Amino acid sequence: MNSTTINTINANSLLQDFDLFTDLYGKQTNYFQEIRKFSADKFNVLGIPTQKNEEWKYLNLSPLFKNDFRSVSHTQAFEIDAASAKQFHLCGENAIVFVIENGRLNRAASNVKTLPKGLSIGTLAELADDARVQKHFAQHADAITEPFVALNTAMSFDAMIVLLDEKIKINETIQFAFVTNTNQENISVPIRVLVIAEKHSECTVVESYHTLNEQHKVFVNAVSEVVVGEEARVHYAKIQIESENTFHINYHQVNQAKNSYQHITSLSLGASLLRNNLHIQLDGENCTTYLNGLYVLSGTQVMDNHTLVDHAMPNCYSNELYKGMIDDKSQGIFNGKIFVRKDAQKTNAYQSNKNILLSNDASINTKPQLEIFADDVKCSHGATTGQIDEEALFYLRSRGIAEPEARALLNHAFAAAVINQVESELLKESLLLLLSRKLRVMEEV
Amino acid sequence: MLTIKDLKASVDGKEILKGLNLEVKAGEVHAIMGPNGSGKSTLASVLAGRSEYEVNGGTVTFEGQDLLDMKPEDRARAGVFLAFQYPVEIPGVSNANFLKTAVNEVRKSRGQEILDSKDFLVMMKERMKLVEMDKAMTQRSVNEGFSGGEKKRNEIFQMAMLEPKLSILDETDSGLDIDALRIVSNGVNALRDGKRAFIVITHYQRLLDYIVPDFVHVLYKGRIVKSGTKKLALELEEKGYDWIKEEAEALNA
Repeated sequence: MNSTTINTINANSLLQDFDLFTDLYGKQTNYFQEIRKFSADKFNVLGIPTQKNEEWKYLNLSPLFKNDFRSVSHTQAFEIDAASAKQFHLCGENAIVFVIENGRLNRAASNVKTLPKGLSIGTLAELADDARVQKHFAQHADAITEPFVALNTAMSFDAMIVLLDEKIKINETIQFAFVTNTNQENISVPIRVLVIAEKHSECTVVESYHTLNEQHKVFVNAVSEVVVGEEARVHYAKIQIESENTFHINYHQVNQAKNSYQHITSLSLGASLLRNNLHIQLDGENCTTYLNGLYVLSGTQVMDNHTLVDHAMPNCYSNELYKGMIDDKSQGIFNGKIFVRKDAQKTNAYQSNKNILLSNDASINTKPQLEIFADDVKCSHGATTGQIDEEALFYLRSRGIAEPEARALLNHAFAAAVINQVESELLKESLLLLLSRKLRVMEEV
Repeated sequence: MLTIKDLKASVDGKEILKGLNLEVKAGEVHAIMGPNGSGKSTLASVLAGRSEYEVNGGTVTFEGQDLLDMKPEDRARAGVFLAFQYPVEIPGVSNANFLKTAVNEVRKSRGQEILDSKDFLVMMKERMKLVEMDKAMTQRSVNEGFSGGEKKRNEIFQMAMLEPKLSILDETDSGLDIDALRIVSNGVNALRDGKRAFIVITHYQRLLDYIVPDFVHVLYKGRIVKSGTKKLALELEEKGYDWIKEEAEALNA
């Protein structure tokens, strides 16, 4: 793989505040400092990927990193309080909501009563002594070859950790609201999550990404690791509604043990440049995994979804549905890989990517990739790109619905099909509302 | 109500309607029959405003308005309804939601009050009975996964909800078994009130046993070549179209 770096930009500027926080993790400081140092070195070697790198072929990062991003201050006073944090709540009144302002946990703004028994949530500093954290933190997301994972591992400070004990089922949704709120220009905000759901446990986790003070250029670099234990069930959503001055790159790594279930929905509406990397590693037999994504672009937004489902073991089922609506001069990219390893017999793997182009200047590059090394599998993939269904449009109009409303109805239906698969009704409602809001803005322009 | 004069229309550059004349008055039921390719569905499509069809000549006047100059939605609002031969599936749009939007758009344009959810449900419940529809069907996406019969019932249900002045049924009987045919016909008959007019396009006499027409027209090569009463339909059932074709060709020769 090509790892040519951009020589004209100073990747080091992203690491220059490395030494500002070296004593965060108590007794475990040395352990985590080693990981940080290792990752910083890796990032220095890897640098920012160029378009010569196949994985970054359609995404030009060089204009972005002409900006000299500095790490966000981790001593700046918090501005968000419990009342103003309500605007970020997406999962109803009973949800456990943590507000992470500029990469740091803002407890006062969070909505956390006593956590249910068997559930611990806190920052890496708070939970660093837990053996499970040491076992899994920074062990799954690939900091060796992925520069932004390396950068994040080196620079994130308040990693949010969820520890769910064996056989514990949590009904309340756990939401992390990541809010960028800065009055400075060219700020880089690292965000980190680790979820460990042990055997037979079940939970719902939502990551939402927001911006206050929308006029400033920020670079959000997020990495999440989700460890799904045997027979465990994890429902996940990633909601991206950041400002149009936000550059957002995230990696989401899921590792599933045998008989586990995972369902993730990714909703991408905001940011000027967005790269979602989703990697699902099926490391046990009989896993079930769903990946659903919806990206809605307008203006000059660029969104790139790279997904990978790695079937390493037999008898697993994966189902992926990604849909895109691309308007104005925006650019969508979808790259979905499915690996079926030699041992992964009886794999069922399905992938579908459907796009609607709403303007002549909009574009989509879609590349489904199936690599199968086992011989007894059922796999399918397909990608479609089209315009609105004219037959359906005429049908609606012939019933008295004016053309603009008919188009809006069809667009909404196309997109809502992804959101409708979300299991939590409260979350589904919130997401449909966010979608409607974005579509309405697009219609008005 | 509807006056079609010398209507000529083409699709993909091929002329299908070649000077069609038809007059439909309030309360009348007109059946249009004819062999395959005679232009029956083209007539329905042109009246509903399908954009692939190009009108090359003639006029269509609906209650004094130039119908051909109107957008499809404006035709619907003015009171023209087309029951599709192949109703379209629209995943993600619930039947009830779609109909509520449509009904209220039509009501708005007629200066009627907009229905709130409660009134709409009451109306829906009442009209569902006409076509023996169950509640589950209204909650499903429009026509998605519906059987052929369910789709046609849904068309008549929509018609009942939108209360059009002129309904065009484009081969509504195609693909229906005898029970579905009866249900659909009952729905149509329940809407006959002496004011509403219907154009029933069909291949088969059978439908006209249920929906009894005032007039039967035979369309051949883009023109109405013969008109009569329901007896004409029976005659066609018995003798086929050959004698009509011969008559028409002789007239042209």
